[in-house]
Amino acid sequence: MIAKARKPLLQWLLCMLVWLAGGGAFGQLAIEERSFADAEQKARYNDLIADLRCPKCLNSNLAGSDAPIAADLRNEIHDQIMAGRSDAEILDYLVERYGEFVLYDPPLHPGTALLWFGPPVLLLLGVVIVRRMLAATGPGAAPAVLTPAEQQRLQDLLKQQSEP
Amino acid sequence: MSNRAKLFLPVVFFLGMLGLLLYGLGRNPGEVPSALLNRALPAFSKPDLLDPARTVSVDDLRGGVFLVNVWATWCPPCHVEHPYLVEISGREPDVTFVGVNYKDDVEAARTFLAERGNPFKINIADVDGRLGVDLGVAGAPETFLIDATGTIRYKHVGVIDNRVWQETFVPLLAELR
Repeated sequence: MIAKARKPLLQWLLCMLVWLAGGGAFGQLAIEERSFADAEQKARYNDLIADLRCPKCLNSNLAGSDAPIAADLRNEIHDQIMAGRSDAEILDYLVERYGEFVLYDPPLHPGTALLWFGPPVLLLLGVVIVRRMLAATGPGAAPAVLTPAEQQRLQDLLKQQSEP
Repeated sequence: MSNRAKLFLPVVFFLGMLGLLLYGLGRNPGEVPSALLNRALPAFSKPDLLDPARTVSVDDLRGGVFLVNVWATWCPPCHVEHPYLVEISGREPDVTFVGVNYKDDVEAARTFLAERGNPFKINIADVDGRLGVDLGVAGAPETFLIDATGTIRYKHVGVIDNRVWQETFVPLLAELR
């Protein structure tokens, strides 16, 4: 009975394993037959569609999108690779039409400076602030110096404690 | 800076971030900046939607102001936009309306135009979507304004209604004439 109940679960786990091995949700959603002249072209194609953003679906790349426009752009990239165009030429072609919006790895220029330098600057700022806070409250900071009058009062209090 | 003023720094920083994020919320992340602006219309050669034996090429879109509307019957906003295009095409005799039927069933597209009116002087069938890719189209409807030199002067993403037409297209057309 138990063995019987377990079987579907095992099958399900096996299916999941196969799915994950195939790249799971992070791989290519659309299964398309593509022919390439050699392995290098295939690698270039896979790199390009992984690094390009689908213009219609904001948060997914061309490889992971089922949108018709993503399929069209994959076709276009495949055809351009087969026509012997270089990666740079293909990227130029797409940026000319869809803007730098499609690049998940945007180039550095004044318009993207905040994007590139913002996070490290904020991190640095955070480190500086934390260090200053630690310096203000940590051990060794601001040595406790008592005035002679305070010293005297401390001694008196200690004396009171020891001789009740 | 006095210590008292320093105490307010986090508040200033917080308000700054708040402002930035509020600004970000108000923007439309789907709005792809038009990259082909002020570039020549890319060369193409596509069959005429209504007469497939005829070919329409980029040379047919020369020597005047052209409004190129990318549409499809599968696109609900295009259905919304269509009656307005029919209306303004009659009002603007010196603008040639061009329809690019994008990745559509050509039979359905012909029936659609026959039943609901055809605002377009030139109808292009872009069944495989290649012209769309060449124009940087991400979806439908999208509308391009082409000047007399064949240069793309404006691209509108989304439906053209009276407000968009009056606020954006009318001033641009006045400039192009």
